[in-house]
Amino acid sequence: MAIIVNEHTNVLVQGITGNQGTFHTRQMVAYGTNIVAGVSPGKGGKEVDGIPVYDSVRSAVDHHRIDASVLFVPARLAKGAAVEAMEAGIKVVVVITEHIPVHDEMEIVSFARNRGVTIIGPNTFGIVSAGKCKIGVPSNSFFMPGPVGIVSRSGTLTYEVTASLTALGIGQSTVVGLGGDRVVGLSFVDVLKMLEKDAQTRAVVLIGEIGGNAEEEAAKFIRAMTKPVVAYIAGKSAPPGKRMGHAGAIIERGKGTFQGKVATLQAAGVAVAELPMDVSRLVSESLREAM
Amino acid sequence: MPVEKIFHRYYGLRLRGDEQVKLFEYMGKELLAGYGVPVPRGRAAGELREVAEIAGKIGPVVIKSQVLSGKRGKAGGIKFASTPGDAVRAADELLGSRINGLPVEKVLVEQKLNIEREYYLAVAVDGAAKKPVVIASSRGGMDIEEVPDQYIVKVHPDIEQGLPFDLALDICKKLEIEERYQNEMAGIMGNVYQVFRAKDAELVEINPLVFSEGIIIAADAKVVIDDEALFRQQEIPYVDERTPVEKQAYELGLSYVELDGNIAIMANGAGITMATLDTIQHYGGSPANFLDAGGGTGMEATARALEILLAANPRAIFINIFGGITRCDDVANAFVKVKESKPIPVPVVIRLVGTNQAEGQKILRDNGIGVYESMEEAVVKVVELASGN
Repeated sequence: MAIIVNEHTNVLVQGITGNQGTFHTRQMVAYGTNIVAGVSPGKGGKEVDGIPVYDSVRSAVDHHRIDASVLFVPARLAKGAAVEAMEAGIKVVVVITEHIPVHDEMEIVSFARNRGVTIIGPNTFGIVSAGKCKIGVPSNSFFMPGPVGIVSRSGTLTYEVTASLTALGIGQSTVVGLGGDRVVGLSFVDVLKMLEKDAQTRAVVLIGEIGGNAEEEAAKFIRAMTKPVVAYIAGKSAPPGKRMGHAGAIIERGKGTFQGKVATLQAAGVAVAELPMDVSRLVSESLREAM
Repeated sequence: MPVEKIFHRYYGLRLRGDEQVKLFEYMGKELLAGYGVPVPRGRAAGELREVAEIAGKIGPVVIKSQVLSGKRGKAGGIKFASTPGDAVRAADELLGSRINGLPVEKVLVEQKLNIEREYYLAVAVDGAAKKPVVIASSRGGMDIEEVPDQYIVKVHPDIEQGLPFDLALDICKKLEIEERYQNEMAGIMGNVYQVFRAKDAELVEINPLVFSEGIIIAADAKVVIDDEALFRQQEIPYVDERTPVEKQAYELGLSYVELDGNIAIMANGAGITMATLDTIQHYGGSPANFLDAGGGTGMEATARALEILLAANPRAIFINIFGGITRCDDVANAFVKVKESKPIPVPVVIRLVGTNQAEGQKILRDNGIGVYESMEEAVVKVVELASGN
């Protein structure tokens, strides 16, 4: 099992001939991901380590069955590239690119919604179904297959937690990076629903941060979950202050603070870790209790 | 998202290094006027001579300090004047003073409105809904944040469709706006939405939107532009709040924030940067500043980042890198290069794991530099070094 991607997922790399695109294509192939093609406008007909490169997603799709695309393209071209992938019928699009204008992100997400496409990111490390498929940029050594599903807003913090789980011999089912930007394709709840249904997943780690109300929304869903959830929220030391404009306050209405998020999650039965390194211990305890 | 933007957006604290692109009220009003939103007659001025000239043309005026801060009225930054002489005296008090800690370099001199009613109107990015949101209330004015939910209308237009006139009319009806004002109000909503979309805004807020002598007019304007979109919004004027060091950091692709402790921190990524601050504080240390080196930091940027950190004279430096897109060997090479080029006067604790971890750690060890794998051990060490024990 695992969610969204697995050993049968065929992957396209958009921006495969760029520095990052080529480096991470090699890493993904080394992990065992089925990279079947790449796209780089003007570079059609070339190859990257034997992987055929096309000028457009359309021509790549004409030659290969493609289940997911990953974008290593500059921010100003990212919306066009994502839309191109969706118009070609690809149903999972992983947008690694950071610094995409937020209006472009809203357009990408809206386009995806109207066409039943799953967007992971933007500004994400990607998604990894441990031992099966890695689409994104984390080091291959972080992951081992196992029972823990991870969903996170932060890249490096996820590596921190995943690597410490792996060090304890606790493997992962699927690790999903929602993306660090304000507008991203998936919410915590979307992923929690999938992990709750996934047969391989026996415990879930949620890695959040201050701001927004995503963690509070997640807590509502977690109340109904059967699997144990461990959370870490970054930003405890952030000081409060005043802000520009009122719209944010009206949208959030007091949500978004560290204390508020922790209290809401705890009330939903979540074990909240004080420090990132405490997560693996709490997961290990929750797995033992769940046996 | 860079960490200082998280601090800003959700805690509102204006940390240094925050590259949010904000407009002074007068800039926002010029933008709105360009899209057909009525604004009071008036102009910004930095000199008393101009103030007298503008006030002489208008009559009774309001003099508003142009600072990027809310609650200017409560802080004494807004004054009224019925003659040009009064206007000059009021402007003289405001220009060069500080309102909410910010220097007043310009005042907006504009027509005093006879306010019958104050509404609130904003178009913003709603991250949770992943859509634009139109927020409107019939109880605008200074205490909008306290207004109960039932007096606030929130509508999420489909970004592919925009804000159709019918939807704007619905909002007016929900606000129980008198029928004779509904068309005008709906038109203004459409125009404000257009500014939001055309200018890559994160926020366009009018508070209050005033009903005055039969017309609706924007008595204030707060506009925040998405800094990631500046490449296509080059003509928009905005206020650059950054210091030279912060500009330097930004140009290097780094996010830099100054704090008041004694441990300088470099980490990569917003989440781990915040977690590093949390952990240092947990073990009794205090951060002097921090740099979020982001992803894909090259050798040159890393070297410059260290120089920036050292400029604050910290007692110790903590480098916490968990490489994904960032490669550990790049970071290690950069650090070695900096160390060779000039001595680093304070102890440095490096925690380096992730992509190309073995190579990176080897480079450091070969150069006689100790390196940690555990963040916790590294934090304990750096806190100990900074406390001088």
